[in-house]
Amino acid sequence: MGQFILRRAGVMLLTALCLTFVVFFLTNLFPNLEKLAKTQGNARMTDAEVVSWLDRNGYGGPMIVRYGEWLGVAPGWTREDPETGRITGRCIDQGMDPAEAPRFCGLLQGDLGYSTVSDAEVSEIIGGRLQLTLILMAWAFGVMVPAALIIGVLAGMREGSRTDRSLSTLAIASTATPEYVSGVIFIVLLASSTAGLSPILAEWGWIDSRTLFLGSARSAMEEGVTFWNFTLPVMTIALYGMGYIARMTRASMAEVMTAQYIRTARLKGQSFRNIVLKHALRNALIAPFTVIMLQFPWLLTGVVIVETLFNYNGFGWTLVQAASNNDIELLLACSIVAVFVVLVTQLISDIGYVFLNPRIRLA
Amino acid sequence: MEPLTWSGALGAFLNPLMLAAVAVFILGFFANLALTLAGQRAGEIVVNPDNTLTEIKTPVDYALNAMRYAVLLFVVCCLGYIIGGIALPTLEAKGIIGAMAARLTPVWIALVVTFALSITFKRRLGLYGKLFDSPIGMIGFGLVMFWIFSSVFAGMVATHGPIDVISQMRNEVPGSPLPTGEDGLYPYYLLGGDNLGRDVFSRMIFGGQEVLKITPVATLFAFMVGITLGLPAGYFGGKLDTLLTFIANLALAFPVILLFFLLVTPEIVAAGVPQYMSMVLFIFPILFFAVLFNSRFSIQPMKRNILLALVLSIGGIGYMSLISDASDPDLPLIFRLWPEWLDLFDIQGNILIVFVSVVFVNSPTVFRIVRGLVLDIKTRDYVAASTTRGEGPWYIMLWEILPNARGPLIVDFCLRIGYTTILLGTLGFFGLGVSPESPDWGSTINEGRRLLTIYPHPALPPALALMSLVLGLNLLADGLREESLKD
Repeated sequence: MGQFILRRAGVMLLTALCLTFVVFFLTNLFPNLEKLAKTQGNARMTDAEVVSWLDRNGYGGPMIVRYGEWLGVAPGWTREDPETGRITGRCIDQGMDPAEAPRFCGLLQGDLGYSTVSDAEVSEIIGGRLQLTLILMAWAFGVMVPAALIIGVLAGMREGSRTDRSLSTLAIASTATPEYVSGVIFIVLLASSTAGLSPILAEWGWIDSRTLFLGSARSAMEEGVTFWNFTLPVMTIALYGMGYIARMTRASMAEVMTAQYIRTARLKGQSFRNIVLKHALRNALIAPFTVIMLQFPWLLTGVVIVETLFNYNGFGWTLVQAASNNDIELLLACSIVAVFVVLVTQLISDIGYVFLNPRIRLA
Repeated sequence: MEPLTWSGALGAFLNPLMLAAVAVFILGFFANLALTLAGQRAGEIVVNPDNTLTEIKTPVDYALNAMRYAVLLFVVCCLGYIIGGIALPTLEAKGIIGAMAARLTPVWIALVVTFALSITFKRRLGLYGKLFDSPIGMIGFGLVMFWIFSSVFAGMVATHGPIDVISQMRNEVPGSPLPTGEDGLYPYYLLGGDNLGRDVFSRMIFGGQEVLKITPVATLFAFMVGITLGLPAGYFGGKLDTLLTFIANLALAFPVILLFFLLVTPEIVAAGVPQYMSMVLFIFPILFFAVLFNSRFSIQPMKRNILLALVLSIGGIGYMSLISDASDPDLPLIFRLWPEWLDLFDIQGNILIVFVSVVFVNSPTVFRIVRGLVLDIKTRDYVAASTTRGEGPWYIMLWEILPNARGPLIVDFCLRIGYTTILLGTLGFFGLGVSPESPDWGSTINEGRRLLTIYPHPALPPALALMSLVLGLNLLADGLREESLKD
């Protein structure tokens, strides 16, 4: 088991290195840097000025060295201005004595760099935004997983029955509704003052406000999460992932229900409720566990869409902003987080699967 | 002119019926639920001692019957709207729904013909014919064919052009008449106007065309890449397998949304990254067909040489035309070497990028599916038999294993077209789509969402259209899977 985890962790590290290098490469191509130089310096720079600006600001050397600096395995660049004699460098913050600055400052030292667009340390921005997204994700998971498991178990316990067919169709319909479609439909139906249910309910006097739910989650960031402002984003994320988990649970449940020991339990005269709850359920939930863990990366796309649609300034929104503003350091940090989430969930799902399923033995 | 009503003249009669159907359905559903919870069961058929059958009806059966008839009534009402829309003389009498149904006449005819022919000959049509045994599969097939036909006949169905602007029609509600003085045009905007004054209905129809032009082809390319790499990985195993699986996992771990943003950024496009990617990805179809024919006809050199020459010349010219564009001076030199007179077609920059990113995202998953199937199938007896016959590994892979893996692959192909449609919509939603003017569904949703709470009508039709197409593909895949498992 220990060796298995070690090997998996090794592969994971290699994958993370490759992926971050790809992102680093793509964000540090010359046209990107040229644009950065022009936005930071002067929009009408000549090509030679661009090159010298880049050189002065540490974007000069070969890509692999800069990647090493960013990672924190190569010493950060330092440069002495030939005219003033001032020393600048990657690791030298404003007003810091160059002699005291650390030699390495990169990802490994916890220094993610400086966001050129929002004028703040990347780690500060990312930290706050991630917290907001975690709240959203936690609610979405809290709604999605129990609902999906219940639907899946109900559908799978009597395969081919009417309940099964209608719940399966429901699950298919939910996988066919991406976030940007369900979000739009929910907003029109429940959060528009001119269309959908809200005008009717307001006319009947059932709701005090003008709409049933709020079509924007902006207020959830400052005033805290309420039923009114958070229902729609959570529902939108939960809906798309739910169908997939439910179908996997159903398939796994249906398979377990045909197993020999279920027949034995039946022949013993156990009640159907007992068979499902005590005999089948635990074995049927092994496969969905993997699927649920692997849903995290999927949720990432969903989170980006939902945060854009509902104006919630979390991690996904930051990613979109960083990408469209050419904010290189911030984008790199976002991709680190994204890659990290993907790889860690993969690892947990692998280990968890082995752990939960005693039939798999690793030498 | 007065704006159109939704249901026109038939509404007074059909609307209450439809409402009643919905009410009965809901009542029946809750009655059914309550009765089931109370321990009632549906009636069973009992064989009597004299060999007659007796069906005992319980309240649950009656509730179910009520639901069934309610659905039937609802469908009949919908049909009534369609037929009424075609038959009634004036647009005012047709209403918005009727007028849309009338515009869609070619689609209905094509659908009826397809279904009539397929159901008549379903026993002779193999897996496709079996699809018509499953109601779910038929519904899915119907939805998919609806969108295919409506994009084929888009020119006849749409009332206006996809980018025709009438500025007075900005954000007008569905059924609004055109301002006077616009003669010779269709006199109404059936589903209203968007924020620039374009017809929402026509844009939805042309958007379907746009989507269906890209997604099936992109999915096909992803399958070519996945199959060409997955077959050897699964069959040979070893180092090759480890390497390819690692690369596939790498691509899978890359967050889709980040990749899209990176690839579509103008700076990265200027560096030619999508062009290099297309250079790698598009070589696989040629490789696939070359190996396919070579392995089959290697004992008939004459035939093989002709086929190979055909594949390489047609594929080669197509490939070079696809990736190079001599007229674009921004591209790296390597893409400008191919002579202009041999450059049959140029793909507009953005379409190529969208295409490449969608193929890139899909192919690792296909690779994994194919590899898994090969690992399973290569232990079968017929593979052992062909090894004994002395067949080469590529012959076994392409002509023994691949045909026997077709069932799951066809099912996944349907599902994957749906997923690709969703991906394309995601690209459009973030404004990274084909072009800002393009009527594709994702971009239209993106434009409509800004004023969503005030003017919901521009965003809703493309959203529902996208949902119905993907739902249709998923149901179709489900039906196919069910029917192929029955063998």
